[in-house]
Amino acid sequence: MESVLLIKGIIILVIFALSLGIAAYETYFERVIAAYIQDRVGPDRAGPHGILQPLADAGKLFFKEDFVPVMADKWLFIIGPGIAMFTALMSSAVIPFGDTLKIGDLLVPIQGMDVNIGILWVFGVVAMGVYGMLIGGWASNNKYSLYGAIRAASQAISYEIALGLCLLAVILVTGSLSLREIATQQHGINWNVFYQPVGFILFFVCALAECNRTPFDLPETEAELVVGYMTEFGSMKMGLYMFAEYVNMFISSAIMASLYFGAYNYPGMDFVREFLISKLGDTTGHNLATLLGTAVFFLKIFMFIFTFMWIRWTLPRFKYEQLMKLGWQWMVPLAMVNLVVMAVATLSGKPLLVAWLGMGGFLLVYFTGRSMYEKRFN
Amino acid sequence: MLTDRSKKTDKSDLSVVEKTYLPGVFKGMAITLKHFFMPKPTIRYPEQKRYLGPVFRGHHILKRDDQGRERCTACGLCAVACPAEAISMVAAERVKGEEHLYREEKYAAAYEINMLRCIFCGLCEEACPKQAIYLRHDKFVPVFTDRHDVIYGKDVLVEDMNNRYNRDAWTKEDMAKLWEKQNA
Repeated sequence: MESVLLIKGIIILVIFALSLGIAAYETYFERVIAAYIQDRVGPDRAGPHGILQPLADAGKLFFKEDFVPVMADKWLFIIGPGIAMFTALMSSAVIPFGDTLKIGDLLVPIQGMDVNIGILWVFGVVAMGVYGMLIGGWASNNKYSLYGAIRAASQAISYEIALGLCLLAVILVTGSLSLREIATQQHGINWNVFYQPVGFILFFVCALAECNRTPFDLPETEAELVVGYMTEFGSMKMGLYMFAEYVNMFISSAIMASLYFGAYNYPGMDFVREFLISKLGDTTGHNLATLLGTAVFFLKIFMFIFTFMWIRWTLPRFKYEQLMKLGWQWMVPLAMVNLVVMAVATLSGKPLLVAWLGMGGFLLVYFTGRSMYEKRFN
Repeated sequence: MLTDRSKKTDKSDLSVVEKTYLPGVFKGMAITLKHFFMPKPTIRYPEQKRYLGPVFRGHHILKRDDQGRERCTACGLCAVACPAEAISMVAAERVKGEEHLYREEKYAAAYEINMLRCIFCGLCEEACPKQAIYLRHDKFVPVFTDRHDVIYGKDVLVEDMNNRYNRDAWTKEDMAKLWEKQNA
């Protein structure tokens, strides 16, 4: 019992450190990717290729004056970034980073905790993250902050509906809320994205909106709102908000990878596992295969993070009215159709065929019908 | 139409597919991905320097001749030519035993250029009858951090014989020939 606790403790600490480390290096890679896309070379002064840049940034943020505006609500002003960071870090607890590790006779899953409501935990915690921005924005006692906070809240609420509907379709197929269960069901190359590509695209767009990333970074539009809810924040409080955003990006990438891209599963994993076990023995082979799966999982996560950044440095931001229109008039109805199609596909016994036929048929009928209608009446 | 590249703006309504924004999104992402893999034109300046051509006008230098004697005779033509009045000098007469130091009978005992005044026009270089003063093409005048660093004396200006300054073209005629050769 005690050894299980110890191992769990180690795993949780590693996940915590990884979340922070990855968030720190996301800031670096964001700058490098931005630079490369704009034909520049990016930060290259701090250390070889500038890899110490995040340390320099963090050092600078820590040593800046920790300023609280006179008219601000002091305690809420401090709590705001705290909640943002807290919720961002908490949601990584249920992500299945890998299969099991064999230590002695014990099989320990590489996961903070395997609860049977895993995915609900993530969404509950992420929804609480809005309070971080809302409280911070309100406590600043500044019009721009408040506008940014309200925008963040309304945007998060709008996109959570489509997000939840896409998620329901996944749960429908799996029949479980546990992320580990969802991951194991996508064994090999049996990934959910092949069953519901439309659902994945919707989920991805919603994830962008939930993370307040471009093109949905309306809460921090510098052109109209200075930086939105972060306007009055400086020093490490602002750093916490920024970090929370990057941790959220990491978490949502991990969620997408585990919901749609098969988490730690990859084609040929059974063969690799048996090969390693036959070569290196039961324990080492099993553990090595598990770690390989974890590496694959991280590869998927990094791919998503890259796509997030790639999108950020490509697309201009939407207008608020476009954002709401896209959310309510496109994403929510399409997510509902996706849910119905997946329900039918699950019942039909041939999920792959029916899902593709259903979704393809719907999109074809919709787009041809709509364009014919517009040609006739415009 | 002023250019042949102008396109008529398409102001028609978006089609249904275009209204999903997806075709535009993918088009844009393809362009940024292309740029992601393009070679970068950045020159990392302090480590990596561009060749500025043989007649770039940078740091001043007082040349010596082949035997290491200073060419300058303190005639003052450079000071007269200087539009910013940055150059001043004190002349002295060469005494016996100094023939290995100075080429002519008269030399500049002090030669000073005020770098805050200098505009790097190169008129001193053109005025000099003895080919003594030049503006280097390979060295900038560095940033000053102190007012006392501004006036450059002979200690900074006179050429170091162990590290002689050379360039592809010394005169306008040479430069013209070099151009001919490069453009041929």
